[in-house]
Amino acid sequence: MNIRSQVSMVFHLDKCIGCHTCSIACKNVWTDRKGAEYMWWNNVETKPGTGYPTQWEDQDKYRGGWEKNSQDKLVIKSTGKARVVPNIFHNPHMPSMDDYYEPWTYDYQNLFNAPEGADQPIAKAISMITGEDIDIQAGPNWDDDLGGSEIYAANDPNLAGLTEQQRLQLNSVERLVFYYLPRICNHCLNPCCVASCPSGALYKRGEDGIVLIDQKRCRAWRSCVAACPYKKTYFNWFTGKSEKCILCFPRLETGQAPACFHSCVGRIRYLGVLLYDADRLEEVANMPDNQLVEGQRSLILNPHDPEVIRGAQSAGIPDSVIESAQQSPVYKFVMDWKIALPPHIEYRTLPMLFYVPPMSPVIANFEDGLANHSMDSLFHGIDQSRVPMQYFANLFGAGHEGVVRYAMGKQLAVRWHRRAETVGDVDRATADRYLHEADLTVEDAEAIYRLTSLCTFEDRFVIPPMHREQAIEMIKDPYEVKAETGFGFVGGPQRGL
Amino acid sequence: MSQHVLDQFMFVALPYVCLFTFFLMTIYRYRMQSFSYSSLSSQFLENKHHFWAVVPFHYGILVVTAGHFVAFLIPRTLLAWNSHPLRLYVLEITALAFGLLTFIGLTGVIVRRLSSSKVRIVTSPTDWILFAMLLIQTGSGISNALVYPWGSSWFATSMAPYLWSILKLSPDVTFVTAMPWMIKLHVVLAFLTIGFFPFTRLVHVLVIPNPYLWRKPQVVRWYGRK
Ligand code: HEM
Ligand code: SF4
Repeated sequence: MNIRSQVSMVFHLDKCIGCHTCSIACKNVWTDRKGAEYMWWNNVETKPGTGYPTQWEDQDKYRGGWEKNSQDKLVIKSTGKARVVPNIFHNPHMPSMDDYYEPWTYDYQNLFNAPEGADQPIAKAISMITGEDIDIQAGPNWDDDLGGSEIYAANDPNLAGLTEQQRLQLNSVERLVFYYLPRICNHCLNPCCVASCPSGALYKRGEDGIVLIDQKRCRAWRSCVAACPYKKTYFNWFTGKSEKCILCFPRLETGQAPACFHSCVGRIRYLGVLLYDADRLEEVANMPDNQLVEGQRSLILNPHDPEVIRGAQSAGIPDSVIESAQQSPVYKFVMDWKIALPPHIEYRTLPMLFYVPPMSPVIANFEDGLANHSMDSLFHGIDQSRVPMQYFANLFGAGHEGVVRYAMGKQLAVRWHRRAETVGDVDRATADRYLHEADLTVEDAEAIYRLTSLCTFEDRFVIPPMHREQAIEMIKDPYEVKAETGFGFVGGPQRGL
Repeated sequence: MSQHVLDQFMFVALPYVCLFTFFLMTIYRYRMQSFSYSSLSSQFLENKHHFWAVVPFHYGILVVTAGHFVAFLIPRTLLAWNSHPLRLYVLEITALAFGLLTFIGLTGVIVRRLSSSKVRIVTSPTDWILFAMLLIQTGSGISNALVYPWGSSWFATSMAPYLWSILKLSPDVTFVTAMPWMIKLHVVLAFLTIGFFPFTRLVHVLVIPNPYLWRKPQVVRWYGRK
């Protein structure tokens, strides 16, 4: 056993209100710079929808992630040792700015400076790349809230395998449904971006598993951009370097939650440490599709198990981090309750950001145009859910419904349980029956309810001590830092000639 | 200025200045501004014509440059190979083909940069000077091949000794000074390009990744463990 710790995340989709506060927090802190205008390390997309970059989940187009080759070996879809030579000059699977959008601003000065004329002056849209007039074609959330739905959302790759009836069900009048999918880098256990980099510029931090790009080693070979199936590495067109979400490591190292987590209005985000067995990574990444979710769970170790604690200690994991792992909200969602699932695990990068799939809103039966709340259908069953299970299965279960049904069943049971507790118009026996069917005890149902609805900042973010005094060693010799504290020189990223 | 002084300047002083600049400045830049070492790819901004410019250019220039190195390193072997006319023809035609490929690719690179407004934004004055130098260099190289054939042989007999004499710090310019002006131009421009190299995007050639081919797929870095 080779125990490592990983800062992991849960996003509770039922709570996301799609306000984009997270994206703006991230943009303001990290990507409001030349070359990075188009980047949204954190973005929020409407589902069903095509997302950002457009149709990022269509791996026939983008060739992201891993695949099994004819000899059953795991290989990177977009590149490999043999293909790195021809691909380095021109990467055939590299998305271009057209797949994202061309960033623009408005010529506000014209509102003040326009000469007097017959018409009101306007602020024309201008490209942030060239400064020329731009005919805006797309934006990072172009199909937000199902804007232009029929045209855009119909291209969502997760609709694959849905029957015509199920598709109709998604957007029929008065049953129309959508939800939000906030996305950041998943800081995967088997990151494709890292494995693809010819220069070895990308790496996973040993202590906390954060995936970073060494800006001084990146040479713009662009393999990572093509390889990441979630399209969460971005090419900075100005500096000629790739960039990605850094999980706000400078904030984490000082005990603060990442900017998007901290600012999240819906409080949907949870962060905590998971311990896992790095020796079994390869074995799990190779499992058949329908075993991947379970396989990934089997990598994650119980931080209360004395044997695991001993193993972690001998692997050099500080006690402070082990303690933090024992309180991790992520462990509860992913392991204790199994209601948080990895996105598109069939890409085989073993993402460490998990999603609690959203329940559709409570719906009444419509009879003769009247809303009818009969007791029995107060909460519709999973199969009457407005978002078909198959859709969630495509997103969170590698196409298999089992794990999604299980997670949904538990959430439904919590609703029945709480209804019986607070409103009382559901009798205890019914609630207990639902709990039993969902494999849930009353205690766990209460705990899920509490961590979902009544969670404080401290409940949501259990940030391990990151030992900044050691972390600094990766960037600079501590003696050098000590000698120059307060007077060190930091230069802006200067593009080569 | 007498012809002698001019020759000494072009074929002795200039090469040393350029080579010295090359070594000093590439190392200096790597140590002080390693961030600036990048291929500065523009594929992200323009992906339709990119392939047709960058790929032929690189395959062309890599083979042509490699050819020059071979003739420089193993001139005798090359002469022996060329002693058979058929083999000479094959070699010359191949070299010419790759030279033309370079030229076409380079023209593509320049046209693409001129025609895409996005790519023009990321093209510096240094780039334009470099493209001009490379274009003249490739053009003169191809002309030399056509006007003064069997370059692979005369390079081995005349140019290789001159280059070696430079390297051995006992410059002997007798062979080059007798060359026609177009070949002289090619030699002088080659040294100028080497001298200009550290100040351009060409530094990406020095950081081509090789450990990739034998490293393990995943990279993990630990605090304080190098
Ligand atoms: C194996 C060696 C080399 C590798 C891996 C390499 C790789 C690259 C890459 C990735 C780019 C960026 C292309 C883009 O996406 O825009 C580039 C551009 C360029 N390279 Fe190389 N290169 C190599 C050798 C050379 C050599 C020997 C030369 C010339 C002396 C050269 C000259 C250039 C030039 C002029 C550009 C700019 C092209 C443009 O405007 O798009 N390269 N190279
Ligand atoms: S801030 Fe929170 S609630 Fe708002 S869009 Fe982002 S994840 Fe959703």
